[in-house]
Amino acid sequence: MQEIFNIFIKSIFVDNMVFAYFLGMCSYLAVSKTVNTSVGLGLAVVFVLGITVPVDYLLNEYILKPGALSWAGAEFADVDLSFLSFILFIAIIASMVQLVEMIVEKFSPSLYASLGIFLPLIAVNCAILGGSLFMQERDYQSVGQATAFGLGSGIGWFLAIVGIAAIREKIRYSNVPPALRGLGITFIITGLMGIAFMSFLGIKL
Amino acid sequence: MGAEKKEREPMFSPKNLKLVTKPLNLNNPITVQVLGICSALAVTAKLKPAIVMSISVMVVLAASNVVVSLLRNGIPQRIRIIVQLVVIATMVILVDQVLKAFVYDISKQLSVFVGLIITNCILMGRLEAFAMGNKPWPAFLDGIGNALGYGLILIIIAFFRELFGSGTLFDYQVIPQALYDIGYKNNGLMILPPMALITVGVIIWIQRNRNRELIEK
Repeated sequence: MQEIFNIFIKSIFVDNMVFAYFLGMCSYLAVSKTVNTSVGLGLAVVFVLGITVPVDYLLNEYILKPGALSWAGAEFADVDLSFLSFILFIAIIASMVQLVEMIVEKFSPSLYASLGIFLPLIAVNCAILGGSLFMQERDYQSVGQATAFGLGSGIGWFLAIVGIAAIREKIRYSNVPPALRGLGITFIITGLMGIAFMSFLGIKL
Repeated sequence: MGAEKKEREPMFSPKNLKLVTKPLNLNNPITVQVLGICSALAVTAKLKPAIVMSISVMVVLAASNVVVSLLRNGIPQRIRIIVQLVVIATMVILVDQVLKAFVYDISKQLSVFVGLIITNCILMGRLEAFAMGNKPWPAFLDGIGNALGYGLILIIIAFFRELFGSGTLFDYQVIPQALYDIGYKNNGLMILPPMALITVGVIIWIQRNRNRELIEK
């Protein structure tokens, strides 16, 4: 239980998807012009990550890892299917995103309209595939740990995008040099937020 | 029937060459199209991984562009994203296996980011925007051009980060020992993620100052 909580807190603050690993930057930069769309997209990412990471964990554990297929019979014990990870993970992610798209369209048509193309683009958001690949690399020990990691990463991404959206809304009234306006200043502010988040490295849980 | 034979565009016509040169500056995938940011920041702490990454992206992008362009008339509208993803994923798996076989230590440094080439927005972006509507040779050139633009920015970022962050270039000590003796220290912050973001911000600043038409209103 302690371990799960540890992983959860670490993945929100210390291993933040945006500030430590730069995952999901493209939609982060494109959607963060207003807080409302950012909240919508952020919640969608939390949901997708929270589901795909545990499912991919199970897939990895019982089918893909070297030796994973031993439950099917002793002759499969040294089959290593890990090279199929990319394609299978993407397949799971694409189907989950399709599901989220249908749910959002049903329950909040205005959010669906305002997110536009960026909702299906969650499927190619590097944060989602990155979450599964990091889970595979870090070799978590249980579904609980994998879920904690997935939800935590999603919440970390959500914090980052809502934060930058709030700042960008305010900065429209500031005197930014023309060449820095828009994209340039967003990069620099994200860098500064990254330095701020580094202060969490000292947390000992 | 009176059908005229359409003039074939010469292989290296000015129009085709522009496909290679425009992404180097005015249509740069990272600083103008805002694609491929994630990997550009993550692998640029040193020059070697940055170059290996650029070459990998170039191979995947050029190959996928050509394949999708060849298939473009046969892909049904509804599943085109899935088909594009499958083409990209196959190329990436191939490149990943080659990297693991020939430059294992660098592939360890790149870790998940080779797999993440699949979700690298440059690939989906160029496949959608160009390969789906153009012939294979221009698609190939477009892939090479965009990969060169991407690689250029990666090398610039990695150059400064490695030089100021570790005092080395390509792992060769470049800053002379004499400077260290009088008190110069490596700027450790440059190796850390936040400085990559700020470096890109500065590059965008300089690029937009020199090309006024890129400035946003």
